[in-house]
Amino acid sequence: MSVRTLTLADTTIGKKAIMAVSGLVLLGFVLVHMAGNLLVFQGPAALNGYADGLRKLGPMLWIARGVLLAAVAAHVWAAVSLYKANEQARPVKYHVQHTAATTYAAKTMRYGGVIILLFVLYHLAHLTFGVGIPGGHAAAPPAGMPGSVSGTDVFHNVVVSFQNPAITGIYVLAQLALALHLYHGAWSFMQTLGLSHPRYNGLRVKLAAAYATVICVGNLSMPIAVMAGLVKLQG
Amino acid sequence: MRLTLHVWRQKKSGDKGAFETHKVENISADSSFLEMLDVLNEEILEKGGEPVAFDHDCREGICGTCGMVVNGMAHGPQALTTTCQLHMRKFKDGDELWIEPWRAKAFPVLRDLVVDRGAFDRIIQAGGFISAKSGSAPDANEILVGKTVADQAMDAAACIGCGACVAACPNASAMLFTAAKITHLGVLPQGQPERDDRARNMVAQMDAEGFGGCTNHGECAEVCPKGISLETIARMNRDFLKAMVIAREPLAARTGG
Repeated sequence: MSVRTLTLADTTIGKKAIMAVSGLVLLGFVLVHMAGNLLVFQGPAALNGYADGLRKLGPMLWIARGVLLAAVAAHVWAAVSLYKANEQARPVKYHVQHTAATTYAAKTMRYGGVIILLFVLYHLAHLTFGVGIPGGHAAAPPAGMPGSVSGTDVFHNVVVSFQNPAITGIYVLAQLALALHLYHGAWSFMQTLGLSHPRYNGLRVKLAAAYATVICVGNLSMPIAVMAGLVKLQG
Repeated sequence: MRLTLHVWRQKKSGDKGAFETHKVENISADSSFLEMLDVLNEEILEKGGEPVAFDHDCREGICGTCGMVVNGMAHGPQALTTTCQLHMRKFKDGDELWIEPWRAKAFPVLRDLVVDRGAFDRIIQAGGFISAKSGSAPDANEILVGKTVADQAMDAAACIGCGACVAACPNASAMLFTAAKITHLGVLPQGQPERDDRARNMVAQMDAEGFGGCTNHGECAEVCPKGISLETIARMNRDFLKAMVIAREPLAARTGG
């Protein structure tokens, strides 16, 4: 009988590394996605122009989508696989369990992950496929008008959506869950990949907190600005 | 001191087990936690009952034999302290204490508060050794080791294998123990020849025993009586991931106990 051999994906640390690397890809995506969307503050021409530019990337766009989809799949697979192993590792629970070092963010990673996954599905249905946009998924304004490009009028869709408190509420709650998940993930991936040194470990946590804060404030600024009437449809 | 104790009683592994409540009086605040349990056992014996089984040996905090979860804290409420070195002055008169064994699939309960930590021995057998001849005692200083490296190795070697890290981890993970052993040998010159295989085999054994994975909560380091740091886990991850990438021999699957 031949001896079964182990690959990286069979081991707990290997699964954690897959989680960390796929998470790192998603950390990068979340930052770029937010930076691009902040163009909403520059008006319809800037935001629609950016969206149009992305669509014109052609095969590059599909490669990027492929990488992101693979990262999400790997992240979810590693999470489910580790979750099962962790649940089995303590069949009889403690009657009293006191925690001293962990954080709310660390304890809620799995729930945050599920919330974020559901939100991403909703977000794609909403702004990519136009499900539930008040007044319908608008086409871009005709040539000569502000924001004129080929394809959809992203600026219009964003503004009319966030004028609806229910939609804004979903986005705000999802961003808070995302911020907690990113905070633990952004320092945790470094620990998992072996990046630890007493001289830099303080900085590691500060960087994660700064990253999560920037993403949260940046993403929340858009629905809040629309609700406050700072960003509105022109003309 | 008067105390109400809810102690986990279990006849043998595989049994269901349950808490049994005892009241003890006249406990000296200067007695250790284990001495308090000795008093309880004397009383149980006088009434013709079965004493509570718990592990202990040196009672000096250096052997790693004792250990129980007191009110949800592995080794009780005092940092950097084993259960035997925990004193009753850390509690208040009238306190209610829940006393449980380490709980992990890989540490089956043998009786009451005694668990089988053979899984740790098997992790050591998988790679926690060096094969280089280190000579007799006078040869110890033949290979010079710098102070910084010696400190790192000694800090990791302080691990007494008590299992509190597993007990405190929300996932019953043995990463801190395994990492301490991998670090202790992996930073020293004598530990270099087997460094890659050591990381791979010890991690494979750790997984095979049914311990959970690390989710970076940090509970293990918080309860460790010897102050083993989370940095050792990052170091183990580094050694393991590098070894998995560069190794020429496949890593054989291992079986747990």
